Amino acid sequence: MSFKDKLLSSYIALEDYLEFDSPLHDVRNNAIKIFEEKGFPTKKDEEWKYTSLNSLLKTDYSVYSNKERNVELQDVRKYFLNEIDTYKLVFIDGVYSSFLSETTHDTLDVCLMSAALNKKKYKPVIEAYFNKAAKSDSLTALNTAFTKEGAYIHIPAHKEVEKPIEILNFSTGNEAAMFLQPRNLIVVGENAHVQIIERHQSLSTNEVLTNSVTEIFAEKRAYVDYYKIQNDVESASLIDNTYISQQRDTVCRVHTFSFGGKLVRNNLNYFQNGENCDSTLKGITILKGKQHVDHNTLVHHISPNCESHQDYKGLFADSSVGVFNGKIIVEKDAQKIDAYQQNDNILIDDNATINAKPQLEIFADDVKCSHGCTIGQFDEEALFYLRSRGIGMKEARGLMMYAFANTVLESVKIPELKVRINKLIANKIGVSLGFEL
Amino acid sequence: MLKIKDLYAGLEGKDILKGINLEVKAGEVHAIMGPNGSGKSTLASVVAGKEEFEVTKGEIIYENEDISELDPEERAHKGIFLSFQYPIEIPGVSVTNFIKTAINETRKAKKMDDMPASEMLKMIKEKAAMLEIDRKFLSRSLNEGFSGGEKKRNEIFQMAMLEPKLAILDETDSGLDIDALKVVANGVNKLKSEDNAIVVITHYQRLLDHIVPDFVHVLMNGKIVKSGTKELAYELEERGYDWIKEELV
Repeated sequence: MSFKDKLLSSYIALEDYLEFDSPLHDVRNNAIKIFEEKGFPTKKDEEWKYTSLNSLLKTDYSVYSNKERNVELQDVRKYFLNEIDTYKLVFIDGVYSSFLSETTHDTLDVCLMSAALNKKKYKPVIEAYFNKAAKSDSLTALNTAFTKEGAYIHIPAHKEVEKPIEILNFSTGNEAAMFLQPRNLIVVGENAHVQIIERHQSLSTNEVLTNSVTEIFAEKRAYVDYYKIQNDVESASLIDNTYISQQRDTVCRVHTFSFGGKLVRNNLNYFQNGENCDSTLKGITILKGKQHVDHNTLVHHISPNCESHQDYKGLFADSSVGVFNGKIIVEKDAQKIDAYQQNDNILIDDNATINAKPQLEIFADDVKCSHGCTIGQFDEEALFYLRSRGIGMKEARGLMMYAFANTVLESVKIPELKVRINKLIANKIGVSLGFEL
Repeated sequence: MLKIKDLYAGLEGKDILKGINLEVKAGEVHAIMGPNGSGKSTLASVVAGKEEFEVTKGEIIYENEDISELDPEERAHKGIFLSFQYPIEIPGVSVTNFIKTAINETRKAKKMDDMPASEMLKMIKEKAAMLEIDRKFLSRSLNEGFSGGEKKRNEIFQMAMLEPKLAILDETDSGLDIDALKVVANGVNKLKSEDNAIVVITHYQRLLDHIVPDFVHVLMNGKIVKSGTKELAYELEERGYDWIKEELV
């Protein structure tokens, strides 16, 4: 039985547990139909030209974990940003861990999708927002059909959340191979501020495939600062689908740090539904071995007087593969747009590959759109400069890589996280830099 | 300290340096002058070990050892420093972190431990003060967005930190206004001692008013065609290079 068939029959089993009168029931049914019709994307699909899921889909994944999960704080503590106080939503093999989490209902809601789906008081929010920003591509639809658990974050108007919220998805390896589908809904009210850090981490070397969907709604004047840490083990793969719907005068920033995992596909979609929006998408990708990371971004400029800033940097060693597919659409009415996209890549080894594809579709006539893409090796002049100061070849290359990646960190607003990422970068590069980070 | 013997070097099979002979002793300051394209910067790069240049003949003896096969970093570890004519911009690494790396890599090569952080900090403060460098400047990305003068000052700051035995200053005066020139020259003079040597490459005599050379050499068409004392520099300033060409004919 193919994995697709397995999922379709699992859905039939799932349906027995669902409330038929829930408004979500139709949403799920429609979603599974889309998945049934489209199936998993293949390389024939233009959006998936450079990334194949084929080898991943040969694995017989468990869709639910049946065995007992045994995770102690000490096993996972190092993955928390424990230098500072944070709210935490921790999921183990897709199941919420109250023991490891720190939630709140005090003025803001940092809690569970399962609770939000089932409790009456959340019903208006679910009805107003759930699946309203997500596209209906097959992977998102698959996640929608199976929506069960994930983060539910609702920040009321004018609330400035005093500490970051961490969403941590651990997999234990209790199943030989696990398929996970977290579903997050984040609603940030008018003039509210929030910082969120999301991480997927496997605790074993058993295979994991995660198909995650996150919807973020920024009401007018809201400020959302979102960080994705992708530093998983090499048996873990991730398809991350993020949809951001911005109302007027909002700022939404997503930083994606892709250092690990076997295959990672980031579908990051921005929709500017009001004037004066600011969308920022930044990424650092550092790969080695046979790792494959694909950044597929969309910034949809629907309203006038908005800005978008994209800056993705990648370092590719060994026979790793990077993809950057950045699409900017400027609608006819979206005048006075300033859209900027920059993608810089360094190929460290001859066998490494980068596929870069900027796509600009501009239907308005008074806009400023700029994009640049570089693919290069190390600058010999710069290497000579460093070496002439006594820095050896290996360290000079290391320092150049560090410097290259480090420029993206300037916009990280959580100092402790910045230090963490800084250390991760130095660690990935694997040379001593001669200074404290 | 440095003895260059009949040095031929160039790019892609074409020699730019065509038989350079030069001896620099500890405690001396040498100036190398010459028209554009005469090979001044090539000479500086070849001594510092830039790999793109090929040495086809001759020797570069530094402290009784032929260094012409050594890597640039090995030459640096032995105390050779090149102040670049066009310092490279490296966004993402601060001046301070860069210098820390350079110092600790040099110490590592000498089997020494990293310099203690407090000592490093003290030294950075001292040298920055000497060159009238602001603390904020040190936390900026290396050379990124620096003015011409700031870049040159930063080069001399690195020299002050690394304390080389042989410093080659390639057009350190270009891009400097007169006040900055004085500060930089003053810094260089403070670093001068009986044990080290300085080679100043310049177009203009202006810098030599402040860093007074013991010897002045004229480089033309890849060769040192005339050597003298600092008076030669004044003569070049006044009369240009044509009279030397005529003398050679």
